[in-house]
Amino acid sequence: MKRFAGWTLASPATLLVLLGLVAPVAATIYTTFGTPGGPFAPYMAFFGSGFRRTVLLRTINVSLAVTAIALFVGFITAYVVSRAPGWLKSILIIAAVFPLLTGVVVRSFAWLIILGKNGILNSTLINLGIISEPFQMLYTQGSVIVAMVYLFVPLMVLTLVGVLEAIPDDLIQASASLGANSWATFTQVILPLAVPGLIVGAVLVFTGSFTSYATPQLLGGEQVMMMGTLMYQQAMVTFDWVSASTIATIMVVITIAIVMAMNAAARRLNPMTV
Amino acid sequence: MPTKIHPALIGFTALVFIFLVGPLVIVLGSALSDTTYLTFPPQGLSLRWFENIFAIDAFRRTILTSLQVAVISTFVALLIGIPASYAMSRYRIQLPGWLSTLFVLPVLVPELVLGFSLLKNLAFQFNAPIFLSLIIGHTILILPYVIRVISASLASFDFSIEEAAISLGSPPLKTFFTVLLPNVRSGVIAAFILAFITSVNDVSISIFLTGPGISTLPIQLLAHMEQFFDPTVASVSVLLMVLTVAVMAIVERTLGLTFLAK
Repeated sequence: MKRFAGWTLASPATLLVLLGLVAPVAATIYTTFGTPGGPFAPYMAFFGSGFRRTVLLRTINVSLAVTAIALFVGFITAYVVSRAPGWLKSILIIAAVFPLLTGVVVRSFAWLIILGKNGILNSTLINLGIISEPFQMLYTQGSVIVAMVYLFVPLMVLTLVGVLEAIPDDLIQASASLGANSWATFTQVILPLAVPGLIVGAVLVFTGSFTSYATPQLLGGEQVMMMGTLMYQQAMVTFDWVSASTIATIMVVITIAIVMAMNAAARRLNPMTV
Repeated sequence: MPTKIHPALIGFTALVFIFLVGPLVIVLGSALSDTTYLTFPPQGLSLRWFENIFAIDAFRRTILTSLQVAVISTFVALLIGIPASYAMSRYRIQLPGWLSTLFVLPVLVPELVLGFSLLKNLAFQFNAPIFLSLIIGHTILILPYVIRVISASLASFDFSIEEAAISLGSPPLKTFFTVLLPNVRSGVIAAFILAFITSVNDVSISIFLTGPGISTLPIQLLAHMEQFFDPTVASVSVLLMVLTVAVMAIVERTLGLTFLAK
């Protein structure tokens, strides 16, 4: 009896993940290989279509831009938060957690109000006399990027605060007292120690952007179609399930490949493991 | 002596926090506006858009569905996640290494792919009810959070206390409820809250698993936004933010806010 206690306790969760996730997702991937036109026909169709290649490239570009901006903004913010006095730190962390716990629809909706044709940004610019006509900001790649940066900066900040807090003040002061200016301290002490955290943050933001649906749907629409919105359209509007499954497979492969590559990079770049 | 930070960095950080909080303040302001269109700053204060939420049948129904799905899937995830976490800490040598990888898979596989696969290979293939598929999808989505949080609190649990109770004649199930569970109480609360809020906010799985008569609140919000641009969506958003504040208050009371930074 005791020999199987572990399995008995773990089996409900194991079965749920096997039957509810592994099997259905494997079936989705499998259907893209058993089509009449040959084993790789759906992939030839995907990469043969200029429109779909554009969507894939756009999704990669947008995700890379969001990741780069979130890394830059998140790193500076997390650094200042990690060195803030206790009470202020708690307030700043609450201010970062609150948007994170607020749903993606609400947060994307906020940018719909700000960037709309009669939105706050346009009316402010007109009132200031900077522009005379409302500017088309929604349904552009820029609006999707801005809203996604908004979505992911809190995640990046919270990921990095923990990592940066772990760098002792003494280390930074030692570097300064040994004659390094603040730029040298930053690039030679703080940055290398933060690399593992930066990698985790980058993976979270990139895969999150790459597979997002609500934000590109609301702020990009048909004009700025991304992999997530294209997949939904293929599955639920045109009911081309083979095509939707192909997009799903490409998303799974890219996501898992990136996580594995970043894991390997994190192990190699982490100064603590050398 | 704390490290000096360049004033430019402090200024930059202040701007970032305005960027983070500002849009949510704008949503709150627009929800209170007395106009029939979305505007900020609000023109005339009114709560009529909050009344409008409950006047629209679709919102009433989807709020109820969202709460049902969140409560049921959180409960199921705890029910199967707590024993699984326990098994992985207590019987580590009995269980294969791939098991912990299996429980991270729901985070690795894109939610959209899971939602679509459940629709295609469960709801369609086996004629499973949409509501059941929705519960399965949400339970799988939140299971990794439950397992991670519970495992973290079990890591600091001294299993010899449990052995002491059993050797003194306490039956296993009673030992679980009177010895183990009280010791991981804060982990269970944290897991519950994280799971609940994740389920309520989910779009990417639910978007595929809504059919005639069944939809969740975020999906209904998306649908409403495509047709109307009135402050109703803003007031629903404010309701969701109130839920978030409530959740943060519970976390603060039970675990302290430092927990959120972890």
